[in-house]
Amino acid sequence: MAHYPTRLKTRKTHSWVGSPLLDRKLHYQTYREMCVKTEGCSTEINIQVGQFVLIKGDDDENPFVAKLLELFEDDSDPPKKHARVQWFVRFCEIPVRKQHLLGRKPAAQEIFWYDYPACNSSVNAETIIGPVRVILLPPNDVVPADLKNEKTLFVKLSWNEKKFRPLSPELFAELNKPQEGAAKCQNSVGAKIKSTESPAWTPAEHVAKRIESRHSASKSRQTPTHPVTPRARKRLELTSLGNSWMSQQASCASLDSPGRTKRKVAFSEITSPSKRSQPDKLQTLSQAPKAPEKTRENGLSYTEDDKKASPERCMILRTRIPALKTIDIRDERTLTPIRGGRSSSVVPSVILKPENIEKRYAKEAETQNEATPTPHRVHRKSSLLTMNRIRQQLRFLGNNKSDQEEKEILPAAEISDSSSEDEKASTPPLPRRTSRTGSRNLRSLKSFLKTPTKTPKKSPKPRTPRCATPQIRSRNLAAQQPASVLEKARLRLHVSAVPESLPCREQEFQDIYNFVESKLLDHTGGCMYISGVPGTGKTATVHEVIRCLQQAAQANDVPPFQYIEVNGMKLTEPHQVYVQILQKLTGQKATANHAAELLAKRFCTRGSPQETTILLVDELDLLWTHKQDVMYNLFDWPTHKKARLVVLAIANTMDLPERIMMNRVSSRLGLTRMSFQPYTYSQLQQILRSRLKHLKAFEDDAIQLVARKVAALSGDARRCLDICRRATEICQFSEQKPNSPGLVTIAHSMEAVDEMFSSSYIMAIKNSSILEQGFLRAILAEFHRSGLEEATFQQIYSQHVALCRMEGLPYPTMSETMAVCSRLGSCRLLLVEPSRNDLLLRVRLNVSQDDVLYALKEE
Amino acid sequence: MSSRKSKSNSLIHAECLSQVQRILRERFCHQSPHSNLFGAQVQYKHLSELLKRTAIHGESNSVLIIGPRGSGKTMLINHALKELMEIEEVSENILQVHLNGLLQINDKIALKEITRQLNLENVVGDKVFGSFAENLSFLLEALKKGDRTSSCPVIFILDEFDLFTHHKNQTLLYNLFDISQSAQTPIAVIGLTCRLDILELLEKRVKSRFSHRQIHLMNSFGFPQYVKIFKEQLSLPAEFPEKLFAEKWNENVQCLSEERSVQEVLQKHFNISKNLRSLHMLLMLSLNRVTASHPFMTAVDLMEASQLCSMDSKANIVHGLSVLEICLIIAMKHLNDIYEEEPFNFQMVYNEFQKFVQRKAHSVYNFEKPVVMKAFEHLQQLELIKPVERTSGNSQREYQLMKLLLDNTQIMNALQKYPNCPTDVRQWATSSLSWL
Repeated sequence: MAHYPTRLKTRKTHSWVGSPLLDRKLHYQTYREMCVKTEGCSTEINIQVGQFVLIKGDDDENPFVAKLLELFEDDSDPPKKHARVQWFVRFCEIPVRKQHLLGRKPAAQEIFWYDYPACNSSVNAETIIGPVRVILLPPNDVVPADLKNEKTLFVKLSWNEKKFRPLSPELFAELNKPQEGAAKCQNSVGAKIKSTESPAWTPAEHVAKRIESRHSASKSRQTPTHPVTPRARKRLELTSLGNSWMSQQASCASLDSPGRTKRKVAFSEITSPSKRSQPDKLQTLSQAPKAPEKTRENGLSYTEDDKKASPERCMILRTRIPALKTIDIRDERTLTPIRGGRSSSVVPSVILKPENIEKRYAKEAETQNEATPTPHRVHRKSSLLTMNRIRQQLRFLGNNKSDQEEKEILPAAEISDSSSEDEKASTPPLPRRTSRTGSRNLRSLKSFLKTPTKTPKKSPKPRTPRCATPQIRSRNLAAQQPASVLEKARLRLHVSAVPESLPCREQEFQDIYNFVESKLLDHTGGCMYISGVPGTGKTATVHEVIRCLQQAAQANDVPPFQYIEVNGMKLTEPHQVYVQILQKLTGQKATANHAAELLAKRFCTRGSPQETTILLVDELDLLWTHKQDVMYNLFDWPTHKKARLVVLAIANTMDLPERIMMNRVSSRLGLTRMSFQPYTYSQLQQILRSRLKHLKAFEDDAIQLVARKVAALSGDARRCLDICRRATEICQFSEQKPNSPGLVTIAHSMEAVDEMFSSSYIMAIKNSSILEQGFLRAILAEFHRSGLEEATFQQIYSQHVALCRMEGLPYPTMSETMAVCSRLGSCRLLLVEPSRNDLLLRVRLNVSQDDVLYALKEE
Repeated sequence: MSSRKSKSNSLIHAECLSQVQRILRERFCHQSPHSNLFGAQVQYKHLSELLKRTAIHGESNSVLIIGPRGSGKTMLINHALKELMEIEEVSENILQVHLNGLLQINDKIALKEITRQLNLENVVGDKVFGSFAENLSFLLEALKKGDRTSSCPVIFILDEFDLFTHHKNQTLLYNLFDISQSAQTPIAVIGLTCRLDILELLEKRVKSRFSHRQIHLMNSFGFPQYVKIFKEQLSLPAEFPEKLFAEKWNENVQCLSEERSVQEVLQKHFNISKNLRSLHMLLMLSLNRVTASHPFMTAVDLMEASQLCSMDSKANIVHGLSVLEICLIIAMKHLNDIYEEEPFNFQMVYNEFQKFVQRKAHSVYNFEKPVVMKAFEHLQQLELIKPVERTSGNSQREYQLMKLLLDNTQIMNALQKYPNCPTDVRQWATSSLSWL
């Protein structure tokens, strides 16, 4: 769906309140509170961690609701403010086909705890609008209908993309005291783990089952402190002596295996299209026959249900754990012979990894495949310095992995131990721990089985373009701002600079606006054909119309609409237009044929009432195919009653419909046409003046000269702007004193005009060598003799030799003359037959004979 | 070489000379951005200012550098880029994409190359994923994301720009120019071409989006400057290790440039072509004649090199022909004279040859027809004669119409130099009637 930033919105400034807390991840600065200030309004709103907030979304009426879990700033430059949240969903955000699951009518202000770990929980803190009041209701209570305050929202149920459930009591208790709750939220553990059975169990799955049951058992104890199985506890105590460096190694090593990386790559596709837009994507994609649904509330990160018969499985869930974005959960069966005589074992492991770190070290990881450090715990004692040292150590240690295997299990427990200690000590929430407990169980089991661990690592992942977010890297140094008047003028004169208004196209603007607006208001569709030579402002005018309509839609003057733009020149092939339209309309990807079908279905069949779509087709003539099916479809869809599609087609030629379109296509296009005339000189002048408003950079005559010249030649506004831009450059160069305020005079613009329009042929002839000039002379003589405009090389050569004899010059050999001929041919002063270099080569002049004579005579 | 003293001397020289040859050859063959720009200071300033504005201000631009082959287009852009990269705040701040119309023969390949050089996300190693359409939308998306102030400017250098205009719909050019004229990632599109009619090749929409900046390189220098270039190109740099030798060498170059015969050679060369590449060719050939026993270049070296340069290739081939083949060529020449450039066939040539042999020739053996046919075919293989129409299988070879690809003057010149040419053949060549 096309998303357009609106101009009308008031700006909000976000700032931190209080000093940063200890940087837990070494790269984050966490805060307890932030302050939102609205521009033009003196009120400030302070938002604290743990409060419920509104977050800006696509729909201005119903912003997203979330609970703020953490505020932090990353180390990018400039630092970005992030917030980690627990989402709530409104009823309207739940997919339509699933709304019936609620089984009753939702109350007006009812929202649902969004219990779906795959949802990205990290948001830009700048999108936070303000606090909101949320009240939790026990399952039996009725949602009070329209209490005193409209702003209050009520939570009663949770929604996990599958079904609605009542809130668990501990969550309920914890949520109702938002201030302290944030720190403790991770302690509450849901008891809703339902193991999913499949009829056939292999031995390995028995193991898996055991893990699961133990795991769930440990969880279901619901103790406020972290639950630990006795075995894990024991080991933990035993190993608590191990130094923290070791723990480092282990956690890093566990993130290191290239094998993991590959699978990670496969799944990175799933995780990266974030947020709610396609909430069930992950589930459908995961191989598990039954999708994970036993995720617990409040940032519990771990689903352990996917222990099904598929040979190996990995899942990456994007969870809502504060400070930890990605959690790899994978169960894999490694087919390694083990002591117990079992043929296979299940080694589930949980890998927690802060994503920022991953990004930061993505490059590094490329070179040092062995060690991608995850500085989980180092920060406690250390600064970056130690961390670096550790990293070096790791790099060194990474070479003998086999040695690490033994140690690895111990530090794993150690990590979790230290983390639990840490949590008690520090206020910021660390719900990761719950997942850690799970991991500990599994790890202890692993140690029991003595299987070699796979050590996953994140490396720069090869992504397919499907999910990549393409972007040119940003510049390191800020672009310099224009300093002088001339530079300012140049910036404004650049074609890319969007002016506030489009002068001289008021009539056309009004016509298009009225057309589209009427279609929008009538809920109908239609076509409009816009033609005009290049550089007459067709596309710019339509863009302006759309912009105004979008503003009007925001002000509720016209119904909301969707705007899509395609350009024939930006397609590789006419049928690709379907693909582009579909993608921009729904975000789907499909082949051209399939996309055509989907679009036809969407536009031609009576569907649910939808908003109007405005489709701008630029460079229409390139969509021409032999059967003209693309054009036919484009103009046929709007004729359907339910389509509500407005097509604005732009092309250069006025008579395109008559010239290249079949009757049935042009008849569907209709007669709503508009043609943009080339700009006249006064219009061009007005355009230039409006751009240079309040900027004294040009003499009036200079502007007028450019306008007149361009109007006489093409009426192309782009040309006009380019010439003026060049004139400012010439003026700047020619200036003697760098400080004097430059004023572009008529001489400067004259020079620019000459530079751009003068033919270079004459200069080229004047600067060619004597032999080349002689050859041109011989050509003229031969043409004169034969009375034809074409001669063979042999004829010209004999003419040339004769001329040389007459002037007493040494005459050149055939090879030299041939070289001259091909040189002149390559710069197209002559037209010669391609790939033929013998006496019978036919030669013609590409310049008029008079020009050649003029150029040769000068000397 | 004769005396011991000169031998030891020549040893030192040999050392230096191998260095000299290495330095100078590098200079003649490579377009190193270190060499000087000749007569293109204005153009250079224009281009480097433009690039700087793109790099520093994030202003999008498009420009074409037009000039005949060997006029230093590539050198100009290399120079400008090198200078740009030397500015510290710029070098980190800029991306370059180099394309060549001879390599990227269609938009599909060009797009892959661009995404590869930009190192976008769909590139892994040297492989680019995705179909053509995906790549295009991907690249456009990537470039659209940026804006003037925050994105890293990209400089596109399109060598052999004219070949890009032959791509289907000129999609690539349209999109590049469109980006350069809209508020997206700042880019500078620099096209290098030798065609003066390049703007006519652009489609009207593409043309409108092109900013119409053209930088012309014309070789607009005169002969005195040409001599100066000659001197500069041949002189050794100051940092040459063997100072004494370098001094001597440079002195010799100075003397050479003042010598009259050298000036003549240069003038002749200058008249034929102002192209610096042809000067390099001349210097290279004369440099090859410099050996340990002949350590300094002389005017004779230059003259002989110049002769090599201006050799007529066809006449050289004629020198290597047999007497029979020469006779056939002379017969063809007469036929051409008689029938005014009309095509001939083997039978006509054979008859003419027969007439000559029977009436006059004492020195030329009367060859049998198949032998003459073989000689005729050899001439065709050498492309001294060429069939008028394409050879079809069924037509008889004797009657296939042919044209001679040698000019009269070429034949006469070649005959004069032909070693051991029988007198009567030479006489027959001068006049077809001489046997009467």
